[in-house]
Amino acid sequence: MHAVAADGVWKYFGDYPALRGAGLEVSRGSCVALIGRNGAGKTTLLRILAGLSKPSKGTIAIDGRIGYLGHGIGVYDDLSAVENLMLFGRLAGLPNPKESALAALEHVGLTRVKDGLAREFSRGMRQRLAIARAFLHNPDLLLLDEPFTSLDDRAIAVLQQLLTEARKRGSTIVMSTHQIREAMELASDVALLERGRIVFSGPRSNEMTLDPGFLYRTYGEGSSGEVRA
Amino acid sequence: MREKIIYSLGILGTILLVYNFYNIFLVIPIDALQGAIYRIIFIHVPAAITAFSFYGVAVVASIAFLVRKNFWWDSLAVSAVEVGTMFTLVNLATGSIWGRVEWGIWWAWDARMTSQLMCFLLYLGYLLMRPAIAEPQQRGIMSAVLAIFAAADIPIVVMAIRLHNVRTQHPGPVLETGGLAPVYWPPFLIGIVCFLLLGSAMILVRLHQESSHREIDSLRRELHAI
Amino acid sequence: MAALAIAGKDLRTEWRTRESLNSAVSFALVILVLFSFAFDLDREERLAISGGLLWLVYAFAGALIVNRSFAREVPNDCLEVLTSSVRGWSIFLGKSVACFVLLLLVELISLPIFGLFYNIRWTGSFFALALVMALSTWGITVVGTALSAITVNVRLRELMLPVLLYPLMIPLLIGAMEMTTGLLNGNAVLSDIRLLIVYDVMFTAISLYLIEFILVI
Repeated sequence: MHAVAADGVWKYFGDYPALRGAGLEVSRGSCVALIGRNGAGKTTLLRILAGLSKPSKGTIAIDGRIGYLGHGIGVYDDLSAVENLMLFGRLAGLPNPKESALAALEHVGLTRVKDGLAREFSRGMRQRLAIARAFLHNPDLLLLDEPFTSLDDRAIAVLQQLLTEARKRGSTIVMSTHQIREAMELASDVALLERGRIVFSGPRSNEMTLDPGFLYRTYGEGSSGEVRA
Repeated sequence: MREKIIYSLGILGTILLVYNFYNIFLVIPIDALQGAIYRIIFIHVPAAITAFSFYGVAVVASIAFLVRKNFWWDSLAVSAVEVGTMFTLVNLATGSIWGRVEWGIWWAWDARMTSQLMCFLLYLGYLLMRPAIAEPQQRGIMSAVLAIFAAADIPIVVMAIRLHNVRTQHPGPVLETGGLAPVYWPPFLIGIVCFLLLGSAMILVRLHQESSHREIDSLRRELHAI
Repeated sequence: MAALAIAGKDLRTEWRTRESLNSAVSFALVILVLFSFAFDLDREERLAISGGLLWLVYAFAGALIVNRSFAREVPNDCLEVLTSSVRGWSIFLGKSVACFVLLLLVELISLPIFGLFYNIRWTGSFFALALVMALSTWGITVVGTALSAITVNVRLRELMLPVLLYPLMIPLLIGAMEMTTGLLNGNAVLSDIRLLIVYDVMFTAISLYLIEFILVI
């Protein structure tokens, strides 16, 4: 049973197809780096997987609870850090929201400011709070949309640590990025999204890690590479 | 093919309209009680019936759009609402004129006219909201939901107004009292038919315009994506 | 329950900033004052318009409050997180309950002020009045919250929402106004209760069903 099974997904905005029959299978416990240029459809695909958007055509099958980290931070400015996490803990149905919230804050290094309102936080602190929110309920499936973009060093370290721990727990991760280097360190698999289609999907190889442009040259549009599922 | 249908509907409707007007204004004997202005009933009531028919089409199209997600239904909904609103305006205007001539006031807040005014306001909101949403899918869905809300509101509006509006008497609903003399039925029915025909022709024209808009929009997006 | 958590969150954040509460109460006050300048009425006339005036004020305040309902989810993209975490109807129900509480609070604050300015006694049939207020307020908040969700991403939201809301509310307001005038005049007749109940049930059902279409596009 795959953690994510997307088949023939089309998404139209008006008459413009942002996704043209994208298909993706992600086995449980793997970490997929979803690579693509701006406008390729990464955000659209992730939002559909997270249940925020309905595909115009195609099927999506998701197994397990979802933790979503999109472009927006997704925390309430007028609630404190611990109140924010307790809210999301309740929404996720956690048995002891307060305990989980405090543990999560500990993990991201925000325990000292747990009662501070989110609006008073610095940008880096808000990002760490957002990360705490996404990982709070130990989701089986993590959907992260360009998570490393504009993070400060501390936040990057926290995120990398949480991702590693999540992988050890057996969670599945789908992470979109166009910063290939960071993604390659963590990913077990790679998928290339080009103009709404998954043109490559498979395990990460050494060539990909050493040479970021390799993927685009080999499998991107205009290349001679075939589609490998 | 489509154009042929539009033309034939339009021409047939216009012929009937001309014939009917000739009938109404020159042939039919006037009502002894109400005088010449009574003739306006042949425009006033068919306009209301036509408007309601098209509002019905709009709500069906809206539900169909939510279920099937085909933009043709969305185009049909907005076309039907526009043409229906136009006929509602005709109804309101003729009703107002009738009131002015008959009782000396332009607007009497009687139950029927007030209900019609409410319909007008509800669907006016629909028409105002549409241009404010740029993305077609979102616009279609929000419009469809709003159309369903409006349609659900209408029976309750009628119920509420009927409970409270006893101020003035709308000229006796002729259909209910059965007071429409036999000589009046043909122009009345023909009036309904010709409004429906003309309205349908207008809807088809509008439908075509909508699909052209969508095509231009998508071409524009493709161009920007390159 | 998720809906209650969301309602609690809305109420808590509102209590911290008191944005919509303050603006709604101030607005209600200003309207009440303005109307007293607009018309010079004797006691009988004041009693005759009492229900109408009161519910006009409540309707305006209601529009302000429901406008904020989904608008408060826009900063930081919180609506996305909510939508991916819980079902649409939980979000809708939670927000409707929060708006209901806030609007009822504004109404209860405005009522004594109204009684003061217009010299109208409202304590006589308070429970019947409270019932009318509760049912009508629920109708306003349910339709208003649904429209708030619809217009959250629409241009000129603050303008568009009232334009859409007031026509839809009219039957509810008619019933509320008539009954309130009757109650303030001393007739304890709840003739239009059925109208309010039909309205509430119908629009709650429709909104709960359609909210998924609105939130997940």
